[in-house]
Amino acid sequence: MFKTQHTLRKVVCAVGVSAMLAGIPVIGHAWEPQKPVEFVVMAGKGGGADKAVRLLQSIIAADKMAPVPFTPVNKPGGSGAEALVHMKGKQGDNHTIMFTLNSFYTTPLRQPGLGIDIATFTPVARMAEDTFLLWVHSDRKDINSVADFAKAAKAKGNKWIMAGTGKNSEDNLLTDFLNKAYGLDMKYVPYKGGGKVAKELAGKNADSTVNNPSEQLGFYEAGTTKALASFTDKRLPLFPNAPTFKELGKDYVYYMQRTVVGAPGMSKEAAAYYEGLFTKVFNSPKWQDYRNKKSLQGDLLTGDALMSYWKRERDVHEIMLKEMGAIK
Amino acid sequence: MLEILGLLAQGFVVVFEPQNLLLIIAGCTLGLFIGAMPGLGSVNGVAILLPLTFLVPPTGAIIFLAAIYYGAMYGGAISSIMLGIPGASTAVATTFDGRPLAKQGLADKALIGAAVASFVGGTISVVLFTFFAPPLAHVALVFGAPEEFALMMLAFATFVGLGGDDIFKTLFSITIGLVLSAIGFDIISGEPRLVLWDITGFLHGVNFLVLAIGIYGIGEMLWTVEEHALGGGKSMLSDATVTVARTISALKEILKTWKTSVMGSLLGYFVGILPAAGATPGSLMAYGIAKQISKEPEKFGNGALEGVVAPEAANNAASTGSMLPMLTLGIPGSPTTAILLGGMVIWGLEPGPRLFVDHSEFVWGLIASLYAANLFTVIINIAFIPVFIKVLKTPFTILAPVIFTLCLIGGYAPTQDMHDVWLMIVFGIVGYLMRKLDYPLAPAVLAIVLGPLAEPALRQSLIISDGSFMIFFERFYAGPIMIAALILLFLPLFKKVYDRH
Repeated sequence: MFKTQHTLRKVVCAVGVSAMLAGIPVIGHAWEPQKPVEFVVMAGKGGGADKAVRLLQSIIAADKMAPVPFTPVNKPGGSGAEALVHMKGKQGDNHTIMFTLNSFYTTPLRQPGLGIDIATFTPVARMAEDTFLLWVHSDRKDINSVADFAKAAKAKGNKWIMAGTGKNSEDNLLTDFLNKAYGLDMKYVPYKGGGKVAKELAGKNADSTVNNPSEQLGFYEAGTTKALASFTDKRLPLFPNAPTFKELGKDYVYYMQRTVVGAPGMSKEAAAYYEGLFTKVFNSPKWQDYRNKKSLQGDLLTGDALMSYWKRERDVHEIMLKEMGAIK
Repeated sequence: MLEILGLLAQGFVVVFEPQNLLLIIAGCTLGLFIGAMPGLGSVNGVAILLPLTFLVPPTGAIIFLAAIYYGAMYGGAISSIMLGIPGASTAVATTFDGRPLAKQGLADKALIGAAVASFVGGTISVVLFTFFAPPLAHVALVFGAPEEFALMMLAFATFVGLGGDDIFKTLFSITIGLVLSAIGFDIISGEPRLVLWDITGFLHGVNFLVLAIGIYGIGEMLWTVEEHALGGGKSMLSDATVTVARTISALKEILKTWKTSVMGSLLGYFVGILPAAGATPGSLMAYGIAKQISKEPEKFGNGALEGVVAPEAANNAASTGSMLPMLTLGIPGSPTTAILLGGMVIWGLEPGPRLFVDHSEFVWGLIASLYAANLFTVIINIAFIPVFIKVLKTPFTILAPVIFTLCLIGGYAPTQDMHDVWLMIVFGIVGYLMRKLDYPLAPAVLAIVLGPLAEPALRQSLIISDGSFMIFFERFYAGPIMIAALILLFLPLFKKVYDRH
């Protein structure tokens, strides 16, 4: 294995040298992908993460930022477990990257049998942090604040339906927080995907949700649903009238990372290449426009800073999952 | 009304721009072949071509992708009829009678029937789409888990008696399908489930295509090889010819099935607009109902033309229908529209109720393009029928390896995991053995399609109702659908009791 790689590198070097001799410009000794890059998505086709990957793919291709195409491969199985195991198997591979969510922390914690240590993965770039808000239907004229919400939900007790994505998902963590913080007993009903969850609220099959802005935007703009508060540090520009839970006296913020990660043991040169590429993508007008439209937060984070962010987030999630009773 | 016609006229102005017209024709032709390849299907076709669409403006892009989707719906019937391998789940029902017709040397009749029915389904549904989008969007919006489960029950109920005479073998087959559909990740409990022998490939569940291509593709191949080896057996493919006289007589027969086409179209469209259901349950239900209302139900499964017409009208109607929740609610009505939604993000468009107002050129351009795509596809499809028939005349020894390769690619493409290829081969062998022992296989395939839709809906409903089954009867839409399902389910039983007296 090592030998082949070594030979391969020699060949690549030889090609580089002969290219230079032939007068074809080769920029420094910088590493560049030699074949199409596999861009693994930790979620199914059509979900939020999938949409973002296809946007990234199209930005890279449209502005010719890379010499090879990036091909999205969906590995939604086991709440990201399948994708993580796949990446683990690509040890040392320079042509496999992945787009991750918070299941990057929670899935290895909940399924220790997978033997995944996220500290071995190669940090590339955090492209954004998605935000969460508390939503109700606009027809609930009696609910205009979190206090109104808590009162109404308390009155209905266990008949109050909170729709969310799968059990123990991000939405479930937030529902648990609300139940605890306001003494509620909301019923959590899991649906497949945030889009479906948003629709259940708009169709009045649920009483409240904790959707990302991008999932509720269509209904919000049409005046069907309204946001009561956000789980962020500061108020979101798109929803200036929704206070943060911090303002309301509950010290609780929660974000969903949208991060590009490389296979474990990727070469330094390749990691530097992807970091540079995704920094360029991050600063492109198209990505910035998408961030604004979907109310995405979180600055660009790379290298060691990203790794320490992961470790911090993992510890926070471990505590949350323990409190929830999802892990021991 | 006049306003709608005005908007539609504007849409046609967009469609008749030369670039858009070209995109439609290219998309339909491409889609036709993508659909005809077993396993490739519209989902993968649209996903692969999505990045290309940044080269044209959003309206042109959606028109192109919608044309591919549309063409693939037509094309799906081709591999179902000629090879007996459904290229996508939407074309499963087409194999039931399409394949027997092809074996009888009537492939041309089946192919023309499928094309004409697709045209009828597409036209009726796009007219409905044009005039009744807003009220129907409302129905789709209030349709919750109890309604979805009632609808799935109806789909199962229309299939009673499909399996054949041996009720226990049918039940066995359904159970196998349901168990396979339960493999993977369970969102309700948040836990992986039935990950057999801890093989990570099972984490993503068993894809419908893996089972369908395994059973119908590889299993059928083994069957044919055996017949060949023993000699005297009929070949996998039998000759058909295309002549003007045959085509005219086929068309005459197809015209007589207009009632079935209209029924399939309406049913397909209404099921298609319901989020998450998509074209597959619609086409299966259309087949089941066509059989139940037929005067000669015994002909179904042995080459009844209505058995091809009904599902084909329904799946095209449903593909138009599934655009409705995509555009107005931002949620996909089918796997392919999920990818199209991704496209809308790339083009910077926000699906939702405002889309019709804020981007009316985009929406009406798309609707008008469906009229055009429908017309072009039926013409292109019929023009290519002689070519498809030629394929049937290729010697088996050449065709078999080609089909086998296509099957392997089809199993690999959706997940890009070799695990699924091996699984498909196992299913092929098991399917072949089950067929030898006279087990019906269609119920297993149905179960794996409908199971993943029915199960979460059932459990979500029961969580909401605290375990009470009354939730399925108390609600405005769920109640009548559920009662209809139960009547259909027990009808054959009553008939039997009645016959004895």
